Amino acid sequence: MSGPDLARETNGAGAHPPAPADPSLSDPWEVAGLTLRSRVLLGTSRYPSLQVLLDSLDASGAELATVAVRRVDLGEVGEEESLLGALLARGVHVLPNTAGCYTAREAVLTAQLAREALETDLVKLEVIGDDETLYPDAVELLRAAAELVADGFQVLAYCGDDPVTARRLADLGCAAVMPLAAPIGSGMGLVNPYALRLIREQLPGVPLVVDAGIGTASDAARALELGYDGVLLNPAVAGAEHPALMAAAVRHAVEAGRLAYRAGRIPRRLYARASTPSTGLIEVDRPR
Amino acid sequence: MATPHDTMAIQVNGEPHEAPSGVTVERLLRHIGRDPDLPGFAVAVNDAVVRRDEWVRATVHDGDRVEIVTASQGG
Repeated sequence: MSGPDLARETNGAGAHPPAPADPSLSDPWEVAGLTLRSRVLLGTSRYPSLQVLLDSLDASGAELATVAVRRVDLGEVGEEESLLGALLARGVHVLPNTAGCYTAREAVLTAQLAREALETDLVKLEVIGDDETLYPDAVELLRAAAELVADGFQVLAYCGDDPVTARRLADLGCAAVMPLAAPIGSGMGLVNPYALRLIREQLPGVPLVVDAGIGTASDAARALELGYDGVLLNPAVAGAEHPALMAAAVRHAVEAGRLAYRAGRIPRRLYARASTPSTGLIEVDRPR
Repeated sequence: MATPHDTMAIQVNGEPHEAPSGVTVERLLRHIGRDPDLPGFAVAVNDAVVRRDEWVRATVHDGDRVEIVTASQGG
């Protein structure tokens, strides 16, 4: 019985970069025309305060942060401006999402507004099909992805853990495919690591990010161990008792997971295999 | 003073709003207290984005639905 982890001989992704002599050397990756050193993508929602968000962002090391696109408060110029300003002042790339969109039409207009407002071609495409599970609507998602790619967007597509939908998104030219680990906000971790592994193996060379469902640092490590290029998370950090500490934990977990992936884990086996060689073992008479 | 002909009824972010007839997007933004020169927000009229460089020319008409959006916290 083997686990979902990528063993050396079954690494369909074939994406192990040559290991540098010093494993602490930076290991950047590319997505949507950006070269990033951090593999943490952080959401900016539901922190106790803007300051806690910024502390968490710093602790996570994230260089890409998601934001939503919402109506301005006609009453006053408030927190939205300070959020965006603070992100840009840190040199963090802003990744607008289409959260709350249920149709391709809504998602496309939201992405276009985001491009105008934030002067970025990046979009985290999210088209929800059900308001209790927040599972993506594959039909509307693919439709929106096709339109947005044709319109020049760099689409990072949030999707279910179905390898066929994932491949379709990649074939459409999405900049990244981002399957869920578990429902948004559930914190359940990687509920189907086998499906995530299939997606990784079937889409070698495609930037893949585990998005949604991360509950704690070890979940993030596991995603990276499976060969995912990064993780996108939000409530796991924002809702933790100490968000900035969790952000730091995730940063380390992601680095550890990536290193473990590059190192190439041993295959799982059911029976023991002595780690100490038996050659040169002394002989002692065993009682009959 | 404005007569009924000088104003029109539009929707701004889902709220009914009275604005001078034939106002440009740029004037409308000023009218509601937004500085159009500040970055970070976008405008759609009737579900179509009005690009920033068109704000000085594009006019809003009676019954139009205007959306003004910006970045907000999101995951």
